[in-house]
Amino acid sequence: MSVPSPHTGGSVFRTVLGDADIDRALTRIAHEILEANKGAEDLVLLGIPRRGFPIAQRLARKIARTDPTVNPGRIVGRLDVTMFRDDLRKHPTRPPGPTELPSSGIDDKVVVLVDDVLYSGRTIRAALDAIVDVGRPRIVRLAVLVDRGHRELPIRADHVGKNLPTSSAEKVRVRISEIDSVDEVIIEGPA
Amino acid sequence: MKHLLSTENLQGTQAIRILDTAEEMAAVGEREVKKLPALRGRTVVNLFFEDSTRTRISFEAAAKRLSADVINFAAKGSSVSKGESLKDTAQTLEAMSADAVVIRHWASGAPARLAASDWIDASVINAGDGTHEHPTQALLDAFTLRRHWSKIAGLPSLGEDLRGLRIAIVGDVLHSRVARSNLWLLTTLGAEVTLVAPPTLLPVGIDTWPCRVSFDLDEVLATGPHAVMMLRVQGERMNAAFFPSTREYARTWGFDDERLAALEASAGKDTIIMHPGPMNRGLEISSAAADSPRSTVLAQVRNGVSVRMAVLYLLLSGDDSAQPTPAQEAITV
Repeated sequence: MSVPSPHTGGSVFRTVLGDADIDRALTRIAHEILEANKGAEDLVLLGIPRRGFPIAQRLARKIARTDPTVNPGRIVGRLDVTMFRDDLRKHPTRPPGPTELPSSGIDDKVVVLVDDVLYSGRTIRAALDAIVDVGRPRIVRLAVLVDRGHRELPIRADHVGKNLPTSSAEKVRVRISEIDSVDEVIIEGPA
Repeated sequence: MKHLLSTENLQGTQAIRILDTAEEMAAVGEREVKKLPALRGRTVVNLFFEDSTRTRISFEAAAKRLSADVINFAAKGSSVSKGESLKDTAQTLEAMSADAVVIRHWASGAPARLAASDWIDASVINAGDGTHEHPTQALLDAFTLRRHWSKIAGLPSLGEDLRGLRIAIVGDVLHSRVARSNLWLLTTLGAEVTLVAPPTLLPVGIDTWPCRVSFDLDEVLATGPHAVMMLRVQGERMNAAFFPSTREYARTWGFDDERLAALEASAGKDTIIMHPGPMNRGLEISSAAADSPRSTVLAQVRNGVSVRMAVLYLLLSGDDSAQPTPAQEAITV
């Protein structure tokens, strides 16, 4: 996936979060997750590809820094929701990606879904369906880096990095260095 | 891609995309809930003008795992035996709003005819036509090969082709659509194919095919190929004497116990024995070979479901009429 370079076409770009902001937001979310869960017991972070997965890995490392008994590699998984989407027929075919769960599985665990942007809520709905097919967690929570509003389903995030009031004509682009070689959140609006 | 009619026209990238998707489908097959909602509300018709066990069951299982509705249609016992034409049968299916037609036909080219006509809007998947092609069989064979050899090499199989593999396809090449589909697909994916058959069971014009031809099975086995694919002797398509006797065929061209023992002793340490099924035990393959740990016959059947799920998913799930703009692709919501 190529991210178009800024300042092309008739769009205006505005950087709303830089790398330090993203790092602070993720540090806070990691602490919130530990606080809500009263520790790291039974915790599993499931990242939703593409960018939710590296964010989940970062959260796990931050959690491990606070609680040294945690092995960050053991609590992170990747949940592909492609085949559970409700808009499959409206887009060109998307090949599914891998789903990888921690070796402990997710049965009776506290699963925190991690994604970059929360918008319509439809991806999270698909993720909830996908979870049902791979196990039965005790609790499912949701952590997102950016909540931009415009929900179309009754879904709410438990942990939010930044609330971004946007118009639906704007686009929110999250770039994560593992994928895009830079950490930033940009709002792209019509000129 | 709207139809899957042959592997001859399949590009390497398309084939690898199918194999990679099949890899994810195989992971679903290992879960407790072996079902995905991707094709909910879609109808897949299995239109079989020729007998088949595993291909039909495999397509049915694949469609059901993707939550599609399946209608099985066998020519025997249908209006086809009253003389209904392919066109009328197809239009009947169209009226029932089929989204995909999986067709097996005794006439080479029947699926292509159906896909090229305006009788029907559905995607057409060739499940074997005459002596022409059987693309999903070739794809599942390539999938089995890729999995086996990347496991031995300790590498992930995603995104890989079959470069460097040497594969022998042995037996009744003349009547075999499996041999043809495999030859095209395996060479597209970079493997080297050697056909081994009696001269009477090789088609005219074989010198134009991208493969080597050998008349000595033992010589080919001694070179330690990565896989030996045994073909079924298709008695039902034979209307002449192609070889003197079944015993002579088994001795010269069959994978018998002696050849199995020779393989165990020789360089071909990890050589696998493949067979598309149904097997003529004692003719082209001995029971000991078919049931040996080298045999991938059952793995092929298992992989068949994953590969057919991938094909159905890739052909049916999306709307390919509109090309994606880069911006649309980049949105993550």
